[in-house]
Amino acid sequence: MKRFADVGKAAVTSKGWLPAHKWLLLRRSSQLSILILFLLGPWFGIWVVKGNLASSLTLEVLPLSDPYVVLQSMLAGHLPESTALLGAVVVLLFYLLMGGRAYCSWVCPLNIVTDTASWLRRRIGIKGGSRISRQTRYWLLAVTLLLALFSGTIMWELINPVSQLHRGLLFGMGFGWAVIAAVFLFDLFISRNGWCGHLCPVGAFYSLPGLLSILRVSAVSRERCDDCMDCFVVCPEQQVIRPALKGAENNIGPVILSPNCTNCGRCIDVCAQNVFQFGTRFHNSTNSSNTHLMVGHNKEVIS
Amino acid sequence: MISMQHKQGVNRRRFLADSTRLASGMLLFALGLGLYARKVESLPAIALRPPGAGGEKDFLGACIRCGLCVRDCPYDTLKLATPEEDVASGTPWFEARKIPCEMCEDIPCVKACPTGALDKTLLDIDEARMGLAVLMDQETCLNYLGLRCDVCYRVCPLIGKAITLEPQHNPRSGKHALFIPVVHSEACTGCGKCEHACVLDEAAIKVLPERLAKGVLGRHYRLGWEEKEKAGHSLVAPDTEHRFNLPGQMKYDYEGEGLMRKQPADSPFSDNPLDTLNQRAGGGS
Repeated sequence: MKRFADVGKAAVTSKGWLPAHKWLLLRRSSQLSILILFLLGPWFGIWVVKGNLASSLTLEVLPLSDPYVVLQSMLAGHLPESTALLGAVVVLLFYLLMGGRAYCSWVCPLNIVTDTASWLRRRIGIKGGSRISRQTRYWLLAVTLLLALFSGTIMWELINPVSQLHRGLLFGMGFGWAVIAAVFLFDLFISRNGWCGHLCPVGAFYSLPGLLSILRVSAVSRERCDDCMDCFVVCPEQQVIRPALKGAENNIGPVILSPNCTNCGRCIDVCAQNVFQFGTRFHNSTNSSNTHLMVGHNKEVIS
Repeated sequence: MISMQHKQGVNRRRFLADSTRLASGMLLFALGLGLYARKVESLPAIALRPPGAGGEKDFLGACIRCGLCVRDCPYDTLKLATPEEDVASGTPWFEARKIPCEMCEDIPCVKACPTGALDKTLLDIDEARMGLAVLMDQETCLNYLGLRCDVCYRVCPLIGKAITLEPQHNPRSGKHALFIPVVHSEACTGCGKCEHACVLDEAAIKVLPERLAKGVLGRHYRLGWEEKEKAGHSLVAPDTEHRFNLPGQMKYDYEGEGLMRKQPADSPFSDNPLDTLNQRAGGGS
């Protein structure tokens, strides 16, 4: 594997620093703006959004609810009122459009923590660690749902680090910092992308609408790939890239269809060859002259 | 072909090993979380839930921990539990001794709840049952000591209904009255204003969850006087005359008031011990 300092260097040289960090910066702005919108209330008394990611009310009209926690509540035997149900449907529709796990990379506050752990891990060159199956998160998802079903309570929310962090920042963290620190240390020393990429049942849940979601990253110009591996190094879900990027000879289209792609767009940033682009899942023809996306893209290269 | 079969065998063994590992991991996870959840479900006695919350278990299945009730509470009474507290992490609660419920007439916390974990059929805050006040310590309560503190009675939003003052004879001084605060469960909402206002260093009156505060009569119990009133006459057949040998001066069913001692006509003492005391006080002066 390449040395850490070299990852993305080629992209910076060929595209310039800003274009080579475009999606990363947009993503961090998205995560931070959402957090700030929530914090404006408790910190400055400006109530744009009330509540937290479990359920919120925006501008006193728009209800948004986490469909995962609403599902757990329903399994626990409680039929939520229409406000929560409507909120969950709105959120589900949004992620059906934008890619299920876009929640993870564009909204989830814990992502900043785990991305930092991942960055630090590359930076100080920590290798190896515990190998956990990436399927574990689906088992955990099933267990959390079963626990709700059989206990009649939303048990997972007692420890869920994702809601713990967001709620803690807004309502008081208490000992919650220890839970967040545990996730950070786990990702740093024990397992690479261990939480988001292997264990988190919240991400596993949001990957489900991702099975159908419209917006996807596509390796549109995959024939230009020079195997520099930069995208693999930065990708939190490395396994999703290969089928699309190297699928030409197997007649597999260039769109990354895996529901676990978080649409973070970091692969687009670090690719000096401009292989990747955001597109829709429908433009997935195996024909490499993937016309309409290529046109705009070529212009960019020429200019 | 042999090598293919061998490879399949290895794969099968690996698959079985991996699955077993995962399944045991999940079992351990579920066991740990389940035990922790059981512990948390037993809400500590000082923790009160917002108005309209049902039983603790139902509430933990219905509350999604969004904190909207906390945001709409105008008195900062409600707070969300943090993980180190004994209350289920993220759920709303309050401590009466710190900030009691002010019993807003429009019940904004219930209105804010998006899931119905706080029951929207609760329209009158006087119908809320967050707990039940109990005058726990009769040894330190100032009213029991004979003072006119009355603070719990005065601050009660349902003064005269949820807490009344019952006059009693003060046997210590012999000539004063005690005004005993008595909580009535049919009216007390458990808002906690009495506990908050109690002037003692540690409150003598405390709001407890109803399950801890109330006794339950056996289902077969019937209160004779109530049954009598309902039926309009005594449900017990008139007693036949007893023919037991009773000790001297004892008569059965004396003047319709049951077994009692007849006061000898020549007794120098009055029935009422107060008369005796008053006589002596009068004689001394």
